[in-house]
Amino acid sequence: MHNISAIFKREFGSYFATPLAFVFIVIFLVLTGVFTFFLGGFFDRGQADLAPFFNYHPWLYLFLLPALSMRLWAEERKSGTIEMLVTLPITIWQAIVGKFLAAWAFAGLALALTFPIWITVNYLGDPDNGTIFAAYIGSFLMAGGFLAIGGCLSAATRNQVIAFIVTAVVCLFFFLLTGFPPVLNVFDGWLPQSVIDAIASLSFLTHFTSIAKGVIDLRDLVYFATLIVVWLAANAIVLDVKKAD
Amino acid sequence: MIEINQLTKRYGSLKAVDNLSFNVEPGQVLGFLGPNGAGKSTTMKMITGFVAPTSGSVRVCGHDIESAPLAAKTCMGYLPEGAPGYAEMTVRGFLSFVADIRGLTGERRKSRLDDVIARLALDSVLEQVIETLSKGFKRRVGLAQALLHDPLVLILDEPTDGLDPNQKHEVRALINAMAKDKIIVISTHILEEVDAVCNRAIIIANGRILADDTPQGLAARAPSGRLDEVFRSITTAAPAAGAAHA
Repeated sequence: MHNISAIFKREFGSYFATPLAFVFIVIFLVLTGVFTFFLGGFFDRGQADLAPFFNYHPWLYLFLLPALSMRLWAEERKSGTIEMLVTLPITIWQAIVGKFLAAWAFAGLALALTFPIWITVNYLGDPDNGTIFAAYIGSFLMAGGFLAIGGCLSAATRNQVIAFIVTAVVCLFFFLLTGFPPVLNVFDGWLPQSVIDAIASLSFLTHFTSIAKGVIDLRDLVYFATLIVVWLAANAIVLDVKKAD
Repeated sequence: MIEINQLTKRYGSLKAVDNLSFNVEPGQVLGFLGPNGAGKSTTMKMITGFVAPTSGSVRVCGHDIESAPLAAKTCMGYLPEGAPGYAEMTVRGFLSFVADIRGLTGERRKSRLDDVIARLALDSVLEQVIETLSKGFKRRVGLAQALLHDPLVLILDEPTDGLDPNQKHEVRALINAMAKDKIIVISTHILEEVDAVCNRAIIIANGRILADDTPQGLAARAPSGRLDEVFRSITTAAPAAGAAHA
């Protein structure tokens, strides 16, 4: 346990050692604001809820979170520190979990800093705070999914730019578009509904929107937990194969 | 004690390390010599558990590096080639990270940190970020990291590479001072270093041991008594055998 916490501390601290933390948080907050108020029509809707805020999270995460995960392993491989890290008396699992939790905690921090919007909507009206809380949980879980995928793909390369792009593409095609209604509608009619539902059930969007409606269903929790564990396991395999390349 | 038994590493058809067997006892400072690409670093990476051998085994302090990696790694300190360190961390932050992983706490943590900082003269750069350090300081930080838990076994891949003559002298003095009861393996292609710190030298080329002797014993093999001549004659005679193999 102390190994995971040592890795976590180092990794979390390293976000703040460079301007990355500051830049990321500012961009995240500005973009959530832009999406919510302009694209989402927060005021025009005249409803006291945060749907316009949360609706854009999957798309925002798509190109922001790979920027957090891309460095997790690619940087270690490029600088050679991975050789030192792996020959310290830790297991590969401790390193993977410590790093993943650091990235996830950082994403959680950025998400938590959007709290003024929660205050705003409470000031303006009388929203269902239970739903908002559930949506925050859903958003945080979805961030974990993005980061687990990104961490695994980061271990596959020593180039952070490649890690970023591959992560964004994989997340877009396999985990967002598969649950995006306009895309699913295209297949309506020439694929059986059960197949479409099966594809949609693999998507972040499907599970996130269901949690964001205010119902934390066990199936959605299991989905995100499984997804994260599977990608962390894949991360361990990729590292084992590629670490010394 | 390090026990290496029929260690082999294959990359495709290339045998980087070919059926290597030797033991290293406490009190020995083993110089690992060989031309570039001889398999020195690959062997060290297998001893420290970074690269898995194709076949053969490595035991460090009685622990097999593959079946009991944590126990083996606990009794080892390792300076990888190029002395990598986390670029954005300060020297102090980096050393305390390693101390955390090594499980050093309380008085012992403080005394070990003070000890390596003093031994490697890192006082003046403690708050400096590693990427801004000179090559010599980076190397010393890497050595400090390897020595931090006062390990019985030290594996140092080119410990004096990039150091100026004074710093080389200091690192050699440091190795000599620790030599008495430790097991130290250093790789180098600087032959004078073998004379200065090692009491045993293994010359390898194409992944095979060509000579295993004391530096004096090796030097005596040439009429001139010069180590570099012995090195040249041994390593240039060998490639034919290895090349046929590949």
